Amino acid sequence: MSAPVIIFILVAFVAVTSAVMVITQKDPVHSALWLILNLVSLAVIYYLLNAPFLMAVQLIVYAGAIVVLFLFVVMLLAAGKEEGAHPHLGWLRPAAWIAAAAFLVGIVTVGWLQIAPPDSGGTPTPMGDPASIGRLLYSRYLLPFEATSILLLAALVGALYLGRRYEGDHTDDYGETEGTNV
Amino acid sequence: MSEIPLHWNLVLSAFLFTIGIVGVLTRRNTLVIYMSVELMLNAANLALVAFSRQWRHLDGQVMVFFVMTVAAAEVAVGLGLIVAIFRNREHTVDVDSMNVMKW
Repeated sequence: MSAPVIIFILVAFVAVTSAVMVITQKDPVHSALWLILNLVSLAVIYYLLNAPFLMAVQLIVYAGAIVVLFLFVVMLLAAGKEEGAHPHLGWLRPAAWIAAAAFLVGIVTVGWLQIAPPDSGGTPTPMGDPASIGRLLYSRYLLPFEATSILLLAALVGALYLGRRYEGDHTDDYGETEGTNV
Repeated sequence: MSEIPLHWNLVLSAFLFTIGIVGVLTRRNTLVIYMSVELMLNAANLALVAFSRQWRHLDGQVMVFFVMTVAAAEVAVGLGLIVAIFRNREHTVDVDSMNVMKW
């Protein structure tokens, strides 16, 4: 086995383990920290797949910006408490695991049977460096790129609107009127 | 650089996507549900990059770029919604208590 194969196996193990930890931790802060490990391991796999630009974007945008946003909201809302007991939903968790296992078996089986990898001769594998990605982005994908900018602007306006305070709202974030608890 | 078979990447992608589904189905904390959605988006990205390498097109990597942008916009608006609901409603992030759209 060559070095990339060994690295892939190790990193894939880390990715699956950290993903399981994301959904099993009781404290959302711990979930967010495990999510960082998951995103970083995927960035390593992107590098193994000839996509160094995406590795950088993954680290900067996902592990840098999005998880920090998650941590900010978790700490702002003090949402570290585990959700309460849901006795009427007790059957849902085993059902979800069984359904997910069936889905996984199905998708892996179908994928293994249907996908025939093309022969690896011919043109060399393109390298996803910033220059080639940018050339493609500003030529064939120019219209989707501009639509993306409109989407980000709309998201910015929407987030500002949702986060604003109403006129005459004199309560703080925990529903207590200002001045009563001084 | 083509030692890693396409299948391995796709199986890893399927595993991560399934874990994301289980997270959405079993957790009741809205923030953890959002993190599970991020897991699923990342699994789709991994499949796109793997196909991009296998078929020698950069288009898949450009798609991943767009997916990341949409994910960032979605997280910004979604977390804004969570904060707004937390302020105006029950002061909780439990999805089972967010069952009323009018108040």
